[in-house]
Amino acid sequence: MSDASPSVNDAILQVEHLSMKFGGLVAIGDLSFQARRGEITALIGPNGAGKTTVFNCITGFYKPSEGMLTLNRRDGSSYLLERLPNHEIPARAKVARTFQNIRLFSGMTLLENLLVAQHNKLMKASGYTILGLFGFSGYRTASAESIDLARHWLEKADLVDRADDPAGDLPYGAQRRLEIARAMCTGPELLCLDEPAAGLNPKESMALNALLMDIKDNTGTSILLIEHDMAVVMQISDHVVVLEYGRKISDGSPHAVRTDPRVIAAYLGVEDEDVETVLIEVGDEDVIEQLDTGPDATHGPGSSSSYFAGPVTDTVGHSEGERVTVSKGASKAGQVDARSGAARPASPAEAKPEKPSAAKSSTAKPAAKAPAKPKTPGDSNRGGGNE
Amino acid sequence: MQYFVQQLINGLTLGSIYGLIAIGYTMVYGIIGMINFAHGDIFMVGAFTALIVFLILGALFYSVPVVIALLVMMIVAMLLTSLYNWTIEKVAYRPLRGSFRLAPLITAIGMSIALSNFVQVTQGPRNKPIPPMVSKVYNIEGVSVSLKQIVIVIVTALLLALFWYLVNKTSLGRAQRACEQDRKMAALLGIDVDRTISITFVMGAALAAVAGTLFLMYYGVIAFSDGFTPGVKAFTAAVLGGIGSLPGAVLGGLMIGFIESMWSAYFSIDYKDVAAFSILAIVLIFLPSGILGRPEVEKV
Amino acid sequence: MAVTTSPERDIVATPMQRATREALYAGAIALGLFVLFIGLRTDQNISNELILVQRWWLLAVVVVLTMAGRFLYVAYGQPFLANQKIVDVATGLLPESMATRFFRLPYFIAAIVIVAVLAFLAGSLDGLLGPGLAGYARFLRALAIIYALASVMFYFRTFIHAHFSALGITALALYPIIVVLVLALYGGSVAAGFQGSLKWVDNYGIQILIYVMLAWGLNIVVGLAGLLDLGYVAFYAVGAYAYALLGTQYGLSFWILLPAAGAMAAFWGVLLGFPVLRLRGDYLAIVTLAFGEIIRLVLINWREVTNGSAGITGIPKVTFFGLMTFNVSDPNYIAKVLDIATSSAYYKIFLYYLILGLCLLTAFVTIRLRRMPVGRAWEALREDEIACRSLGINTTTTKLTAFATGAMFGGFAGSFFAARQGFVSPESFIFLESAIILAIVVLGGMGSLVGIAVAAMVMIGGTEVLRELDFLKQVFGPDFTPELYRMLLFGMAMVIVMLWKPRGFVGSREPTAFLKERRAVSGSFTKEGHG
Repeated sequence: MSDASPSVNDAILQVEHLSMKFGGLVAIGDLSFQARRGEITALIGPNGAGKTTVFNCITGFYKPSEGMLTLNRRDGSSYLLERLPNHEIPARAKVARTFQNIRLFSGMTLLENLLVAQHNKLMKASGYTILGLFGFSGYRTASAESIDLARHWLEKADLVDRADDPAGDLPYGAQRRLEIARAMCTGPELLCLDEPAAGLNPKESMALNALLMDIKDNTGTSILLIEHDMAVVMQISDHVVVLEYGRKISDGSPHAVRTDPRVIAAYLGVEDEDVETVLIEVGDEDVIEQLDTGPDATHGPGSSSSYFAGPVTDTVGHSEGERVTVSKGASKAGQVDARSGAARPASPAEAKPEKPSAAKSSTAKPAAKAPAKPKTPGDSNRGGGNE
Repeated sequence: MQYFVQQLINGLTLGSIYGLIAIGYTMVYGIIGMINFAHGDIFMVGAFTALIVFLILGALFYSVPVVIALLVMMIVAMLLTSLYNWTIEKVAYRPLRGSFRLAPLITAIGMSIALSNFVQVTQGPRNKPIPPMVSKVYNIEGVSVSLKQIVIVIVTALLLALFWYLVNKTSLGRAQRACEQDRKMAALLGIDVDRTISITFVMGAALAAVAGTLFLMYYGVIAFSDGFTPGVKAFTAAVLGGIGSLPGAVLGGLMIGFIESMWSAYFSIDYKDVAAFSILAIVLIFLPSGILGRPEVEKV
Repeated sequence: MAVTTSPERDIVATPMQRATREALYAGAIALGLFVLFIGLRTDQNISNELILVQRWWLLAVVVVLTMAGRFLYVAYGQPFLANQKIVDVATGLLPESMATRFFRLPYFIAAIVIVAVLAFLAGSLDGLLGPGLAGYARFLRALAIIYALASVMFYFRTFIHAHFSALGITALALYPIIVVLVLALYGGSVAAGFQGSLKWVDNYGIQILIYVMLAWGLNIVVGLAGLLDLGYVAFYAVGAYAYALLGTQYGLSFWILLPAAGAMAAFWGVLLGFPVLRLRGDYLAIVTLAFGEIIRLVLINWREVTNGSAGITGIPKVTFFGLMTFNVSDPNYIAKVLDIATSSAYYKIFLYYLILGLCLLTAFVTIRLRRMPVGRAWEALREDEIACRSLGINTTTTKLTAFATGAMFGGFAGSFFAARQGFVSPESFIFLESAIILAIVVLGGMGSLVGIAVAAMVMIGGTEVLRELDFLKQVFGPDFTPELYRMLLFGMAMVIVMLWKPRGFVGSREPTAFLKERRAVSGSFTKEGHG
């Protein structure tokens, strides 16, 4: 269990003994965790750990085999999510989500996408279509308000210039931001983001961080986040839950999680007692320098079997202020390295020239672009074969 | 009991014909994901070709053994009908491959309308009756089995065996199955996708032509509009069995055949088609992908 | 046998050689396709036996024509298209240069002169030229009129493009008046004008508008919500039989039964919708097709109520809002009330305006609904159903409202159809009708009201024109009936239009709201739905 034990009212989402079985396969086994109100909770874990399945249970796309999912709304009402029909979870329990493979209404304009998100509110305002059909003024006001809200979120997402373009025409990073803006237009209390930074370049990733921090600070919406990009996770999350093979292996603050040997082992794929050996092997400055070579900012996520199928570069922002850059090939080692980096403030990566950061976040130091092509020496890649 | 067995045999005969047509629907659907609406009319063209060949044989020779006549009819019908389907695929479907999904459906409907009206214009709108080719009827313990029915079932069984061999044991069948799984990947691996799809259309048409010949022999009459009803029934059969699944098409065909003959025998002949369609709807409500179809997984 | 040849040989072959080779292939294929069907014809002799009639000359003509067509296309058509880039990829329209070459002032004047001369000689044509040539002359006149009208439209094309909807509605509203006026001038009397207008108003105007309305109704289901419905004609039938049965049995007025028929069709839409909405894609298509067939078969077989295949006759006419009737024997017959000459054209013209009003209602409601949450939800459903659910949209009720709204307009059109015909039978509600309506929706461009109206006009009006080509009898002999080729050409036109413009006449989508400027969304972004 987590080291800090919050009171029940503090938790916006309580997941208790959640299990999901597909036939004989146990995708999630007896998972319990909490997401606290007003915080960003990150759900991380190697590929296939069942993170998206947890999301699908929370948002009603799957009915869990066992367990209880309680959502406590700000007004004091609670909903058992596993009992609500799919579409009522966003409508009544105020949970919104985005998807790993972006699901926009690509033939509709950005503005229309955000108006569709306000469907339930507008349905009521239009008297379930009937009053609106005859042009009652109530609907016209509501319609104008909904456009204002859409404009607000388009501005937040920095997309207002393209409001009248089809969503399918946007570049990838903008589509991700639009999807978040669309989810926010439903007025959620809990926002579930499934790999929002996947496939983003460092600049876009930073804009995303800013958007998420803005949402957290200004709307009071709590965020539950699945992410492979450790830069995002470590910079913005208040609380991290680590899954492996459908089970929780760690839970706590980003710092606590990162130093948890079980997490390291899960990501490295080695036995606990081997962790130290690995540390010694890869915690070498030379290795890190070698990693930090060719820039490859445009590279998206590969279908690699690596645990870290995120962007090629993972920038790990350290809570103490160090920033250690590791590349994908060595990302397993990078976890371990991050730990050793804490004791060695003058990391080689620090010396690299930085671009001015756009991130307004206060909790983390700017994680500007520090691209690296994996030119990994054999020994640093050691954990890779052990999956 | 005898009455029941009698209906079973009638249903089997009818189901064989539906099954043969349904394979054409299901194969095309499996490989390019489109409903080939013109397939019913391809079946009708097959039957008409057989009819004309029958008349040519009658005009050229004083008497031809029935077996040879049937064989010649079938082979010519298979050849010419395949040519029709091959041409249609090339002209009306291929340019639209990979485009908007409803576009090939509309061209298929257009082709269906054009084909049946082409036959109407060239051959006249009337029913075309032929004298019975095979009239022998066996009576086994009160159940009458006509030779026609035996021929239909045997020919169907032989063809299905041959077809099963082609799809499962030859490189052509492998190519087809590969295209069905992933057309792009198949192309990357050196499979000539266009050719494979053409062959699929040809095979479907050949089976439909045999079904047409058997239909002509069984009922002894054909008209230009006769493609629609068997076509829709066979399509229903393909969906009932699970569209895209070859055993499903045969199973669905047999089921529709049985439902029809049983319903006409025990309830009302007027509502036999209503029964077939209603059962389709009911089955799909409980098994949304048909009986043997792969259930569609909703990926989130 | 392959029509396309290997690339190596293409490099060597000149266009002429290639064209010759392609023509030979095409000829061989045509010979194979047509040898039995055109070369021979099955006919019944006096003793009702089938005999074969040989028509080898016809086969030869068809094969040679096919070869010539293919040759010309490959030798001249393809290079011409390739060089001139004749078809603008984005708009599918001819570029200016090509069109301006076709529409020129001298040609326009020539066309006007031809029309004027032939109109002047109209009465004496038969005497001057003999019946054969007179037919050609009339055809020439029709072509000249079409050319002249097209030239005018071409000249004002930017204006027409900018004000298409307004101009279209005005033209439709004035259409019967213009027809009556032109024919009255031509025939020399008002009565002749009314009499002559019957065909134009009924066969063209009303007929096309019924299809426009049906297609606009189906557009809600297929074009907006993306649910493939192959049994739309069932709702049309429900509406028609609702009016026919209730009108003949209980003598209820059209004005009561019109909404009732719409409500009944909508009810059936919901009834059908409930079980099938979990089905996806082509499964939904076949179940809707089956539903359409079930309705038709029940109409045929439930003889006690529907009178079976014989249908229902004596369906009451629509009254002029209860004030006047269109039955000559009634005391408040319109001609008596208004004190004008008796004519059957009044009823047709009234029906024309009635269906025009119903169409405009359909368009109005569709446009309004698209800008409302439910309409946006329909389109969102077409784009991505899962995303819809993640936004709290109840997809079941959304689909049901689409089905019900579409069905309701089908029901309206059905009751109008029954009133117009005065007779309904299951014959009118076959699958072919569903297919035609769907084809109009797709050919017009899914979701686009203007495109669909144009498609209905082209497809229905175009095939209707074939009835006018009686002069062809002079060419092909008195047995030749152009109507026979109507559906053959209709089917081929469907294929050709679809190949030419796979996204329909209007492929782009009008957004329903905008911040700065309204820009049409290109068809390449819109999805067609999965069901």
